[in-house]
Amino acid sequence: MPAFWHWFVVGLTVLFIIYCVWLVSWSAKQGPKDVADDDLVGHKWDGDLEEWNNPAPKWWLYLYFITIAWGIGFLVAYPGLGNYQGMLGWTSTGQYEQEMQYAAATYEPIYEEFAAMDFAELTQNQEALSLGKSLYASYCTTCHGSDARGAPGYPNLADNDWQWGSDEQDIVTTILNGRMAAMPVLAPALGGDAGVDNMAKYVKSLSTGEADAGAQSAQPMFVALCSACHGVDGKGNKIFGAPNLTDDIWLYGSSHETIRDTLLNGRNGQMPAHGEMLGANRTKILAAYVASLSRQ
Amino acid sequence: MDTAASYNDKVVRQFTIMTVIWGVVGMLVGVLIAAQLIWPALNFDLPFLTFSRLRPLHTNAVIFAFGGSALLATSYYVVQRTCHTRLAFDKLAAFTFWGWQLVIVLAAISLPLGITQGKEYAELEWPIDLLIAVVWVAYAIVFFGTIAKRRIKHIYVANWFYGAFIITVAVLHIFNNLSIPVTLTKSYTIYTGVVDGMMQWWYGHNAVGFFLTAGFLGMMYYFVPKQAERPVYSYRLSVVHFWSLIAIYMWAGPHHLHYTSLPDWAQTLGMVFSIVLLAPSWGGMINGIMTLSGAWHKLRSDPIIKFMIVALSFYGMSTFEGPMMSIKTVNALSHYTNWTIGHVHSGALGWVGMMTMGSIYCLLPRLYNRDGMYSTKLIEVHFWTATIGVVLYAVSMWIAGVTEGLMWRAVNDDGTLTYSFVESLKAVEPYHYLRLLGGLVYFTGMLIMAYNVFKTVAAQKPVPAAVLEPA
Repeated sequence: MPAFWHWFVVGLTVLFIIYCVWLVSWSAKQGPKDVADDDLVGHKWDGDLEEWNNPAPKWWLYLYFITIAWGIGFLVAYPGLGNYQGMLGWTSTGQYEQEMQYAAATYEPIYEEFAAMDFAELTQNQEALSLGKSLYASYCTTCHGSDARGAPGYPNLADNDWQWGSDEQDIVTTILNGRMAAMPVLAPALGGDAGVDNMAKYVKSLSTGEADAGAQSAQPMFVALCSACHGVDGKGNKIFGAPNLTDDIWLYGSSHETIRDTLLNGRNGQMPAHGEMLGANRTKILAAYVASLSRQ
Repeated sequence: MDTAASYNDKVVRQFTIMTVIWGVVGMLVGVLIAAQLIWPALNFDLPFLTFSRLRPLHTNAVIFAFGGSALLATSYYVVQRTCHTRLAFDKLAAFTFWGWQLVIVLAAISLPLGITQGKEYAELEWPIDLLIAVVWVAYAIVFFGTIAKRRIKHIYVANWFYGAFIITVAVLHIFNNLSIPVTLTKSYTIYTGVVDGMMQWWYGHNAVGFFLTAGFLGMMYYFVPKQAERPVYSYRLSVVHFWSLIAIYMWAGPHHLHYTSLPDWAQTLGMVFSIVLLAPSWGGMINGIMTLSGAWHKLRSDPIIKFMIVALSFYGMSTFEGPMMSIKTVNALSHYTNWTIGHVHSGALGWVGMMTMGSIYCLLPRLYNRDGMYSTKLIEVHFWTATIGVVLYAVSMWIAGVTEGLMWRAVNDDGTLTYSFVESLKAVEPYHYLRLLGGLVYFTGMLIMAYNVFKTVAAQKPVPAAVLEPA
């Protein structure tokens, strides 16, 4: 911080410490000799409110002094007085880096050993899977659930349906870099409410096989608007993360209202990037675990 | 009797009754959200009944409606009695009552609607903030106006604490709420990033220090010697701990932001001064307990004294716990866990709540021209329900908090976390039940108090009390 603020912080801190010391000393100096125990101060309020002037208990004064002395010592040892770094050279950043180094040195060899293995082999290796399971519990359960069955908007990882692909490289990329899906708002292009309604019915019919006249009327529109991502047959495309619409697996729900909502407002599914947290080795083991969930 | 010769007790009576009513309301909401943590369906899928909206309603209701009304009631009573003069500016005093009630009603409407600044204990949006500022300045004028026209030279110690509380809360409220309005119900704070965090917890911690500590110490310094019929133990101790307390509390805020992007030096200073704060805090406890210490025989017959001694004990306990939790390594375990909730409630239910209840039981008969409350037996019952309630609440949250802290930091041999978050949630579920039980018991005590207060006040015609000549 600038010199002015440095000295401001130092000055204010020292001033307050001196103030505290002065207060305690003042209190300690007026010993029991000055005032007898039963001496009232001599003020009287509201008929019967009076005050004795007993000395503060010795232990209390010591407690006060000790905390002040400890505080001074702490401020000498640790960064507190503005830009002064403290004698121990401690910083929270330093502590963080130290802990990260310790973690890397202690745990990384465990992961390195497994990461060297072939991916298909990893998905069968019980030790690696148990590691992967721990990683999954730490990093993935918040969204995908502790049973990996997902939640509305968060894909089920146990069902062998893959939005972004199921190869080693696909899953590793998903975990390392994250994914951003973009289902655009289609209501205006569909020609208002009736169009949205028919398209929702058509999309639903792709997996049920039951299409009424309204649903069938939306078919040319599907080819024109939706096939670019979901394909003419509606089977999706992992390059865009566009879901397969024919398999009766629904990311956001299968009700007519939910599908309408998707068409009206679009969707922006996001998988956050975990590369910085996990690194390549752990990502590979985690990817193997996730793959194993649907390959059993 | 001409008005100048009598005390203005009307505004005191109004605030006292509202203290009890808001106490019932605020604690009821607390019980409801404690139940929601066990049975989430209790929000009935209605947005205004969700935990996220009711939780700020609960904290605002108990701190500012219940606690605030208690502080205004007692400070108006105490400042008149100890200055031997009628309250200054009757009309302004009446304005503070109606203004403060309006603030509470607006809070009770806007918070469930989801209108919030998103700052803890400072959720209310800017129009309500402005109203609070106006009411508070009026309060200051009435209080210090009364001090100014006192008919006795020395200012009684209770008034120092009330005075510090009034001045500081004005400063805290105004600076933390500086913001740029966008619409009537939306504003953006003028602070950014970590500065905003620091301002918020400078406010937040001093709200505890001055609203919930200094203010209630003022209450303690009048009602404890009054009820014990003994002089205050040590004038000198009150001087030292008052001037220490108000100076050092100001520094403690950063301990709410340990291990965040707040610079190291600020975190260190926050921790150091939090530790130094222990002795000044305990000064008030010592003075209170030693004042009571000649009156132990009254414990057998006077449940009001029991309220006061237990309140002082909880005050001592939570002001020891606070500095301890401000130590960074302890904070690394306790922060974000239910331990914090336990700490807050041992202070709020134990110290603030029980000191208020004891003081009101002492005050109310005097306001309504009676020798005592309708039923001493019911005060006794209330005392035990309140005590059992706090103990259940605090103990369950301590265990839950330490359990969570330990589970969150547990690491396997491979560096992964031993427990997922949901496992820690399952582990503390039994303590959620225990906490609800504690809250229910404490709330039951509050209902008993409301009944006792109603029976004391009903059909009683208050008589104006003559201003006492200074001795």
